[in-house]
Amino acid sequence: MTLTSSIKRDYFYNLVKNGKRADGRKFDEFRNIEIETGFISKAEGSARVKIGKTQVVAGIKMDIGEPYPDSPEKGVMMTAAELIPLASPDFEAGPPREDAIELARVVDRGIRESEVIGLDKLCIVPGEIIWLVFIDIHIIDFDGNLFDAASLAALAALFNTIVPIERMRPNLEKLQEKNPSIKIYLEEHQKDYQLPMNEPPISCTSVKFNDVVVLDPSLDEEEIAEVRLTVATDKNGDIRAMQKGLNGSFTIEEIKKVIKASIDNGKEIRSKLEKSTGN
Amino acid sequence: MEQDIKFIDDDGKRLDGRKYDELREIKIEAGVLHRAEGSCYLEWGSNKVVAAVYGPREAIPRHSQNPLKAIVRARYNMAAFSVDDRKRPGPDRRSREISKVISEALEKVILTEKFPRAAIEVNIEVLEAEAGTRCAGLTAAGVALADAGIPMKDIPVACAAGKIGSKDDYGKKIGGNIVLDLGKQEDNFGDADLPIAISPRNGEILLLQMDGHLTLDEFDNALNLAIKGCNIISKIQKEALLQKYQVDMEVD
Repeated sequence: MTLTSSIKRDYFYNLVKNGKRADGRKFDEFRNIEIETGFISKAEGSARVKIGKTQVVAGIKMDIGEPYPDSPEKGVMMTAAELIPLASPDFEAGPPREDAIELARVVDRGIRESEVIGLDKLCIVPGEIIWLVFIDIHIIDFDGNLFDAASLAALAALFNTIVPIERMRPNLEKLQEKNPSIKIYLEEHQKDYQLPMNEPPISCTSVKFNDVVVLDPSLDEEEIAEVRLTVATDKNGDIRAMQKGLNGSFTIEEIKKVIKASIDNGKEIRSKLEKSTGN
Repeated sequence: MEQDIKFIDDDGKRLDGRKYDELREIKIEAGVLHRAEGSCYLEWGSNKVVAAVYGPREAIPRHSQNPLKAIVRARYNMAAFSVDDRKRPGPDRRSREISKVISEALEKVILTEKFPRAAIEVNIEVLEAEAGTRCAGLTAAGVALADAGIPMKDIPVACAAGKIGSKDDYGKKIGGNIVLDLGKQEDNFGDADLPIAISPRNGEILLLQMDGHLTLDEFDNALNLAIKGCNIISKIQKEALLQKYQVDMEVD
């Protein structure tokens, strides 16, 4: 937790009272978003997302493993986020703290609950062998709104992901002796193929301070925020996930406004995502 | 171990087409992060590394402080997706060791006595790894420290040389070749690796490690070759810094 001087806080309070933001944006306007995919060749999929000065790298690794007993025919996904000390003077080395865990869980939930990854198509032998999908998110430069940057980076990396049949073939062939049905899978899947994906929800975060709600908060705005709301919307403009944070409160009107801004901006971000991943 | 790799073809070219004294392609950009005091993005072959410098600031915990000088804390960390088989996040024994030798190398060039009780933190994040990440990391750290304006005697730079192909097609021992900047396969199946870091102005050795098998002559050869490599990379480091600060001056 960083302390914010009252001078700085008053400055931001005055700005929004006059309808302005420090970087000249409108209240419901995102910063510039850049998405670059596939720049890490060692990873099955990768993406670098910049929202303003916030910079996040996500990488996807895949491996084979055993399914959970309650979903014997489904692949398994895991999400981890690291707030590495590279990104901010306030991030420390060591095992993930609660904010890194919350971030990873919110991103994980958004992808898992909306069934963005076709996990049902990642089964090799039912009840025996399935694909594991690891989503690793690294915060490289921190200027606020990690929820949206991390979700977008994870999605862009997933759309860029190739299932590494070629790389895993020796391992799979070794297992074939014990488990002959692997052969059927290998015959059906001769080559690497695109990770099966469904329509993703896009998340947009707003914060409120001094009775004003602003979208895509910068770090300065996040530090004085009283309450935060993340809304993920799908292609039809329906709501797919929400998360309120911090100890402040919204009125119902404000929440409706936040949802509308999330739908409108979600559309634009979705088309950027589609463009960058060629979908 | 695969013994049928032919490391050098009949034209004297290596597996990736390089000559014996040729580096992989290196790209350096200074000042890529906005929160850090200084930062650097470096691509070296397919190695991709980001380095960021924080400090000098009060060293925490307090018992780590030195009342006479600053402590230098480098932290080398590999991303889970930087290698073929996913690496478990967090420091392992290898990255702790690399962090230690890099910290010690950097400490030699930084004027630490100017900042008693302070810590200078250097974070090195390996986004993609393919042989020679410690040299890439240290080289990036050198640029990031300069970008942060940390007073230094010199900008440290690192490079490796090694020995490859000392067995012929039948596994019999033959001479082998000393080459600059080992690639992935050369590192995995080669005979020796000698990463060094130097202070290029006076040639002082800041970091030296070796594994494998070298005769005295081969060591001399490899060391000279690695120093030659360091000097080439040192120029690229300075160009990257110049590029950032020249542009800044023109804008102002």
